[in-house]
Amino acid sequence: MIRFDSVTKRYDGTGDALRNLSFEVERGEMVFLTGSSGAGKSTLLKLIALIERPTRGQVLMEGRSISRMPARDIPKHRRQLGVVFQDNKLLTDRSAFDNVALPLVIAGFNDREIARRVRAALDQVGLLKKERSTPGALSLGEQQRVGIARAVITRPQVLIADEPTGNLDPWLSLEIMKLFSRFNDIGVTMLIATHDLNLLGKLGGRRIQLADGELAEPEDDALVF
Amino acid sequence: MKHWLKLHWRNCTGSLQDLRNRPLATLLTASVIGIALAMPASLNLLVKNGRSLAGGWEDARDFSVYLQVGTTLDVASDLATDIGNLAQVESVTLTDAEAALAEFRNESGLAEVLDDLDGNPLPHTLSIRPVDDLSVDQLDTLAGQLRDTPGVDIVQLDTVWVERLNAILDFLRRVVMLATVLLAVGVIIIVGNTIRLDIQNRRDEIEVLKLLGASDGFVRRPFLYEGLWYGLLGSLLAILLLLIGGWVLSAPVERLVGLYSANVQLLGLDGTTLLLVTVSGIIAGWGGAWSAVTRHLSAIQPT
Repeated sequence: MIRFDSVTKRYDGTGDALRNLSFEVERGEMVFLTGSSGAGKSTLLKLIALIERPTRGQVLMEGRSISRMPARDIPKHRRQLGVVFQDNKLLTDRSAFDNVALPLVIAGFNDREIARRVRAALDQVGLLKKERSTPGALSLGEQQRVGIARAVITRPQVLIADEPTGNLDPWLSLEIMKLFSRFNDIGVTMLIATHDLNLLGKLGGRRIQLADGELAEPEDDALVF
Repeated sequence: MKHWLKLHWRNCTGSLQDLRNRPLATLLTASVIGIALAMPASLNLLVKNGRSLAGGWEDARDFSVYLQVGTTLDVASDLATDIGNLAQVESVTLTDAEAALAEFRNESGLAEVLDDLDGNPLPHTLSIRPVDDLSVDQLDTLAGQLRDTPGVDIVQLDTVWVERLNAILDFLRRVVMLATVLLAVGVIIIVGNTIRLDIQNRRDEIEVLKLLGASDGFVRRPFLYEGLWYGLLGSLLAILLLLIGGWVLSAPVERLVGLYSANVQLLGLDGTTLLLVTVSGIIAGWGGAWSAVTRHLSAIQPT
């Protein structure tokens, strides 16, 4: 589903963020991307969302290279992807409902279909009663759940998440991760960057460990416990 | 198609809602546009009215030729025939001094005063209508020729100042055109700047939209509609200003016109002007938004 083929990403001045990286995520897999901050996790996800382009090598999705995709095709590519951000990137002046509805509005769904899907998604993340609240009136955990509802509203095949629990306490983190595994259960391919090793032990799923922009042997979970 | 229309409708009403949420800023921007549109429109109206006034006087190209006092009626009618034979002259009417005096006596109410005069102080008069296609220069030449004719005292050529007025109006028309272009550029810059600030304020939102896969068109559209609304509101304000201006000026202008000529119709705000103001407002607003959007939107990319 997602394949990195000898990918190197170099930023001017700071050197290589990713170095000759190759790996593959199978369809329906849930993969955790771990490593200390600065190891290249965010860069890797940005290459998938085409926020960045690789310096060398290529990124493939469903067998097609996306690294040379012309700029005008990028919006369509992003619409096929669910993305969850650490800082959730919600629009603060709009209700939870409107935030979740955004990808459907962009994709051009009609109002009735939007309302139906948004309510279903908010229900899935347990926020149906708060659809009118703006992000400011929601707790961090709730905000993140709105962000997740927004990411899955278009029923993407692939969901990527960058430190989705980074700002949350352990209880809320577990809740979010459980939510993710429910989506994984219905076949969504997941790539989740996290440094929250506690959770990994509880959730299973393959791990890809990054260190200095390269693949590394996963640390023993025993270290964590 | 239906979906596309709906999307546009949503952007269209959404932008209006945004503007309603900050009424003061919107009113200020719209006022500047309104004033910028009202100025060339009112100048244009002024020039158009001037032209219609000048046009109203244009058939008054006739000369009045006053013969020397004491010229006999025979000499006068000979002169009339001679002048009537000139190629530049279409017709000549002779008003003899006695008839003129009688008319004056009737119309002026100064009968007693005139009775006290010995003799007729009025000369014989020739009214000369030149042929239609004479230029100002040719009219001047003709006037000179008449002035040099023996027996002629005074040649009065009323139309020269009409021609001069026309020339001034032509000049003013150019000035109006220039002002219109400059003010249109001004409107585009004003709207462009307003939209630029709006784009900066909504930077985060634009970034999120792009992250979620919004096309350039999707991101661009609300701003274009915003510009369009600014233009429309501005042109409505301009029309309001024109109506107020017309109302304030109508009484003195009508008096002024009445003093010159009773049969000149003043041109008010007509449908064409209103349409022109509205359309140019919308185009300028939209153009300003377009210039801002093309320069600033692509610079905002998610990081």
